[in-house]
Amino acid sequence: MSPLTLKLWRDLRSFRGQVLAIAVVIATGVMIMILGAASLEAVSKAQQRFYDSHQFAQLFSHVSRAPEHLLPRIQAMDGVSQVESLLRTPVRMAVPGYDKPVRGLLLSLPDGQQPRLNRLHLREGSLPDRAQPYGVVLNEPFAEAHGLRSGDTLTAIIEGREQQLVVTGIGLSPEFIYQIGPADILPDYRDYGVLWMNRSTLARALDMQGAFNSLALTLQLGAVEQDVIAALDQLLEPYGTAGAFGRDDQVSHHFLTEEKKQLQVTATVLPAIFLGVSAFLLSVLMGRIVRTQRQQVAVLKAFGYANGSIVWHYAQFTLLVVVLGGLLGTVLGAWFADGLVALYAEYFRFPDLRYQFQPRLAVLAMAIAALAAMAGTGRALWQAVQQQPAEAMRPPAPERFSPGWLERSALARVISQPSRIILRNLTRHRTKAVLSILGIALSVGLLVLGSYQWASVKKLVDIQYRLIHTMDLHLSFTGPVPERALAELRSLPGVQYVEGYRSVPVRLVNGTRQYLTGIQGLEPEPQLRRLIDSQHQPVALPTEGMVMTHYLADYLGLAAGDSLEVQVMDGAQPRLTMTLARVIEEPVGVGVYLERRQLNRLLGEGPAINGAWLMVDGEDSTALFERLWQMPKVAAIGHIREAREKLTAYLDDTMLVFMGVLLLLAAASAFAVVFNNARIAFAERARELATLRVLGLSQREVGWVVMGEILLLTLLAIPVGWLLGVGFALLVAEALSTDMFRLPVIFTPQVFAFAALGVLLAALLSGLLMLRHLRRLDMVGALKTE
Amino acid sequence: MAVQPEAIFVSRNLTKQYTMGEVTIHALRGVDLELYAGELVVLLGASGSGKSTLLNILGGLDAATGGDVRYRDLQLTGASDRVLTRFRRDHVGFVFQFYNLIPSLTARENIAVVTDIAPDPMTPEEALALVGLENRMDHFPAQLSGGEQQRVAIARAIAKRPAVLLCDEPTGALDSRTGIKVLEVIRHINETLGTTTAVITHNEVIGQMAHRVIRLSDGRVSEVHENSQRLSPAELHW
Repeated sequence: MSPLTLKLWRDLRSFRGQVLAIAVVIATGVMIMILGAASLEAVSKAQQRFYDSHQFAQLFSHVSRAPEHLLPRIQAMDGVSQVESLLRTPVRMAVPGYDKPVRGLLLSLPDGQQPRLNRLHLREGSLPDRAQPYGVVLNEPFAEAHGLRSGDTLTAIIEGREQQLVVTGIGLSPEFIYQIGPADILPDYRDYGVLWMNRSTLARALDMQGAFNSLALTLQLGAVEQDVIAALDQLLEPYGTAGAFGRDDQVSHHFLTEEKKQLQVTATVLPAIFLGVSAFLLSVLMGRIVRTQRQQVAVLKAFGYANGSIVWHYAQFTLLVVVLGGLLGTVLGAWFADGLVALYAEYFRFPDLRYQFQPRLAVLAMAIAALAAMAGTGRALWQAVQQQPAEAMRPPAPERFSPGWLERSALARVISQPSRIILRNLTRHRTKAVLSILGIALSVGLLVLGSYQWASVKKLVDIQYRLIHTMDLHLSFTGPVPERALAELRSLPGVQYVEGYRSVPVRLVNGTRQYLTGIQGLEPEPQLRRLIDSQHQPVALPTEGMVMTHYLADYLGLAAGDSLEVQVMDGAQPRLTMTLARVIEEPVGVGVYLERRQLNRLLGEGPAINGAWLMVDGEDSTALFERLWQMPKVAAIGHIREAREKLTAYLDDTMLVFMGVLLLLAAASAFAVVFNNARIAFAERARELATLRVLGLSQREVGWVVMGEILLLTLLAIPVGWLLGVGFALLVAEALSTDMFRLPVIFTPQVFAFAALGVLLAALLSGLLMLRHLRRLDMVGALKTE
Repeated sequence: MAVQPEAIFVSRNLTKQYTMGEVTIHALRGVDLELYAGELVVLLGASGSGKSTLLNILGGLDAATGGDVRYRDLQLTGASDRVLTRFRRDHVGFVFQFYNLIPSLTARENIAVVTDIAPDPMTPEEALALVGLENRMDHFPAQLSGGEQQRVAIARAIAKRPAVLLCDEPTGALDSRTGIKVLEVIRHINETLGTTTAVITHNEVIGQMAHRVIRLSDGRVSEVHENSQRLSPAELHW
């Protein structure tokens, strides 16, 4: 082993505390990068495989009823590769052993065969053959939620007729990787299910022989999706088309895309923060090592070592820290990735979602970490080779000090000499002090980032269910009913207050941007489903124009007062130009709202509703439920309490688990930063501290010089760190915003207090560790070294 | 010297070993010695003779391996850190080859570090006047020459009116002219304050200003020589 290599190992050993601390921060960055990237890759690959092997369609169109003989014309259209017609209809089901009615979506299969597009992946059983007219295949999560297996039976109400169904198989479809009910924000496998049956049976039940109400298409290579959509919409217009749409507007695909976007953020923004912090720490550490070893560097140069080999020597140190952190992060990442992928498998149903360790990901993560580290240590390395050997071999002259502004104040007379040393050191080494403050502030910021989301998640649930959804029950009807149905609901036992709504699917278009969503028509001042502004104050609906969530307005590039095109995808399908009257704040979903009668007018209908919200007195709602279920128009009943529990469980499952891990790592990193800082401060003052000890100052008095500096720096860093943390949080919140959720960025005093206390605790602990070093300080040795 | 002055340091069969890697170094191999109140002693020896180790043990910076050393009634061997800190704080002034001033404090404040904690100190101003630096009180170490820095270090050492002044190669980093000025200050302190003073050096010439010269070699006292006639520092040449 060459002497330089030996020196390298010994340096690493003597700085092991700091090396380890920095390695932990690097490991955190690498781990998150690997987790994000590995999950992203696993999900993307599984998605791609499933789409390819099961012929996921590229275009979809729903119509009221179109004749089958249109198919050859569609097939002959420019850009169309394959087309398949089918039937689909919402159903209400009853599952044995489950006392609540279940909503469902029933789709047709070519009798006894796989469809050409959106083929099913069978987990068990088989497709229903021709001899089993009422055989069905269930989507796997729904079957799992009810413990249904092949051979089991359930009841469905199709077009008002009750029908016994037999499960012949359980499967998955590329169309329902993410299975979510209409208007739901979260999957609910018990109360909503997808199932398939033979086309001839379903056609008979719907009276749709020789007709279809849904199309799936694939496109030829190079076909322009918009052109095909336009042609298709034109052709289908007489048949009540709701407008064809591509994969981007297909629910499951859309959610999957959003999720992948989030993973991308996870794999970039967070690691960037952690690797940036570690690069900063390394730069401080390397700066100090190079400074203290200037005589060694001089000797090496005097003996004829080239600048290159000296730079390489110190660069190796940096790289070894990176490799250590990288390996640790890789191991942790691989460990957690399994769990994360399993979590994805719960929400996104693929035939096979596998996590595969990708060595190239680990290498890539480490390369990025190394780049960041080298960028951070470049200055120190440059300094190492800049000095002339002769100059470096002379001991450095005492540094120049002058009384700072602090000491010209009245404070000067009361502070002790050790305190004066602290103040002078900080004011003299301003750059160093600023860097230390910045370093500690970074760790305060990490703690804010790791902890603010807990309060935010709570706030989100609170806003959603205390301020917005104040109803107890949510009814949706099978179709529009006259407003007077509300009176009937009001008369039901236990019902205290009722509010109706009318919702309709629309495509919102502003220039090239468009979004498929639904408009809800509400009472002018809705009480059970409120609209709130950014101050959380209730907002009344304007008499003219619509309101939408801030997130959607941003997405469409709209501000209050702008007009936009609204393509209604129901009934007569009018295309309207409307004004955006105002923007509201909602943390969940992408809502668009209009005064209900205004919506009724636009749809060319009388005062109608297709859903209602109820406030009931909580005691006994059995009677109420029985009555509600007897109403043929009631398609679904939702408990808000259950929705709330579901949302909370989902957030606990996904976000908070992730945030818990992040907080743990943020805390570890925070400690690493503070400890590093203290260790360096101690090492740089060893001689001074030893002198003070020799002069008869007690350990406690000398300890103050160390502890006081750490504490002072920490106190100065805390407000800066709060600011940084708010910045980090805004950055991450913005990046993690999806159609589904926007975590409200709120900062409770507890978050700031927590971050401050955390870092003070770290400072205290580091200080105590330094005091231990102080006890072992070799007074004689420190006096000899010059 | 008077009939029989009080011996304030007494060491008997003092030994010190330490290991460096796998080598055991016998720095002191049984030192018997007395230092008397008010005398100025020069400890002479080549490097490795054990003189610094001896001084460090006398000053309470290092612990002996064996034997016995007492300061007046205080047993230094085996004393706790707390006792040794107290001992240094109240009784001992140190002067080092490399001055060891705190660079962030002015001359006056460097002395205040000690006077703040001593029971009966002189003021920093008085101490600086004693070493002839009353005009440089608010200068930082970086603004002082090597000789001036060493005089500040001496002022710092004597400001608490210590009973003992221990100087480890006080002129080692200085040219001879500046060195002589520093020695004049040391002699002046010894004479005006009566501080028992031990000066370590490898420079034979300096021995001529001492009351007694104790020569160490190979971890033992090899010779004790009493100067019948002392020279003043100004008369020394090297």
